[in-house]
Amino acid sequence: MGFFFEVLFGGFLAGVLYALVALGFVLIFKASGVFNFAQGAMVLFAALSLVRLMEWMPIPLALLASVAIMIVFALAVERLVLRPLVNQEGIILFMATIGVSYFLDGFAQTVWGSEIYKLDIGLPNEPVMILESVFDGGVLVNTFDLAAAAIAGVLVLVLAIFFQKTRIGRALRAVADDHQAAQSVGIPLRDIWVIVWSTSGIVALVAGIVWGSALGVQFSIALVALKALPVLILGGFTSVPGAIIGGLIIGAGEKLAEVFIGPCFGGGIETWFGYVLALLFLLVRPQGLFGERIIERV
Amino acid sequence: MTDSGGRKIGDVLLKVDNISLAFGGVRALNDVSFDIRAHEIRAIIGPNGAGKSSMLNVINGFYHPQKGTITFRDIARTDIGPYDAASRGIARTFQNIALFRGMSTLDNIMTGRLLKMKRNLLWQALYWGPAKAEEMEHRAAAERIIDFLEIQAIRKVPVGRLPYGLQKRVELGRALASEPDLLLLDEPMAGMNVEEKEDMCRFILDVNDEFGTTIALIEHDMGVVMDISDRVVVLDYGKKIADGTPDEVRGDQAVIDAYLGVSH
Ligand SMILES: Nc1ncnc2c1ncn2[C@@H]1O[C@H](COP(=O)(O)OP(=O)(O)OP(=O)(O)O)[C@@H](O)[C@H]1O
Ligand SMILES: [Mg+2]
Repeated sequence: MGFFFEVLFGGFLAGVLYALVALGFVLIFKASGVFNFAQGAMVLFAALSLVRLMEWMPIPLALLASVAIMIVFALAVERLVLRPLVNQEGIILFMATIGVSYFLDGFAQTVWGSEIYKLDIGLPNEPVMILESVFDGGVLVNTFDLAAAAIAGVLVLVLAIFFQKTRIGRALRAVADDHQAAQSVGIPLRDIWVIVWSTSGIVALVAGIVWGSALGVQFSIALVALKALPVLILGGFTSVPGAIIGGLIIGAGEKLAEVFIGPCFGGGIETWFGYVLALLFLLVRPQGLFGERIIERV
Repeated sequence: MTDSGGRKIGDVLLKVDNISLAFGGVRALNDVSFDIRAHEIRAIIGPNGAGKSSMLNVINGFYHPQKGTITFRDIARTDIGPYDAASRGIARTFQNIALFRGMSTLDNIMTGRLLKMKRNLLWQALYWGPAKAEEMEHRAAAERIIDFLEIQAIRKVPVGRLPYGLQKRVELGRALASEPDLLLLDEPMAGMNVEEKEDMCRFILDVNDEFGTTIALIEHDMGVVMDISDRVVVLDYGKKIADGTPDEVRGDQAVIDAYLGVSH
């Protein structure tokens, strides 16, 4: 039993990461209807910026500078991509973000280098036993996993307060609900875009920190975006809680599947389990667990 | 009822000159000119597809006419955006209700105050204290509108759950929250029962009377139009076919023909 929970917790860590990437997607999709293919590239770019800046400056400064870089990136996207393409079809904007994604992958590696960089911002990393009184032998977890979950939890909490309690959050929700009505009360769409892309960039940075601390900062980070896809299908494209719960389900599900039913298939389930789960789910509930509407607006 | 008390009709507040707007082959507006004077209730009428909504969309910057100028408070522009229009004091409601369905009545009305808030959005993201005090002030203004429209009971209800007639009222509230100089109402009474229509009429007249708000009103119910408007402009197939007081317009042969569907 203890082993089951160890696998489950390990899966949750991966799930937290998927959830963070999916969260970045959801924010942008809600506010602008853009399916942002570049979310994974943003995670890579943010993590690379941080890890290389840390060679030059203390960690807090490097963090601030990385946030600033993501804000500049958001401004550039608004000016160079979103503004010229305003009122275009969703598919055109989607294509544009594919372009952004390739550009950013290349740009990040040109500027910051393309090796594997070790990221250590001082997160704890040692094994501990928990729940010893509940299970025989307890459950072995890593404090890093707990720290990662805590960071993600705090981030989600801050975002929730930001969206529910501030005026800017109200404006963001208004834009997500009805573009035209939002414009008619004078909400400046361009500012809103900059804000959501910046927020998404900061979420990407956090995802990059957690991912990079676990596995090192390297190009493969950009590919986690692909893992966020089943999470989005599961959780719904417009739901923040959906992104989180979907992430945890996929993360835990694929680890459990790998360990407990993987041997029947000769292993390797982990790489495709999430997609199959999402596919099955799609047949039953195409709008996702919490999604309000189906991707295509009619 | 045409003359409501102490209200004095003022100078020209908005003037549209030679507005032409086409969507591909469809000429939605064809060389239309008229003006709206301060404090008046100006009706825009015409058969379906006449271009009435298009005209409102031009005035508030959603549509950009290919030709013509829009002069608001003595500043002439050809190309305005919805943000400019809103920040210069133009508010509106929509033919198909456009509310923020997931938000409460109060929050919907609060969005109407966004432009009144001095500290802009970006600043507020970083700074709490003064923004908080300001919030209370705007909250009070929103509550006054809620009282005015008699919708206290639904303050906290997500508007998506409200019946149609109340949604229309909340939408009016959101527009009023910005304390506009010019209020554009696109069929505010469509789909309402008699009682709801009477309420809406009363609110429109009260807004005009108490706050001196200038109102441009699209409405199909001729009884209502003749009752509450000061002047009427009539569109048909994108062209202006008549313009004058309700009585003048009512007797106009071109208007009668348009409504009876006489061919041109
Ligand atoms: N965004 C648009 N794209 C294409 N055509 C449009 C658009 N908006 C309006 N039109 C066309 O312009 C013409 C005028 O439409 P408009 O909505 O202004 O009419 P209306 O007078 O408001 O009619 P109704 O009483 O039915 O609301 C119609 O032929 C309509 O199809
Ligand atoms: Mg219309």
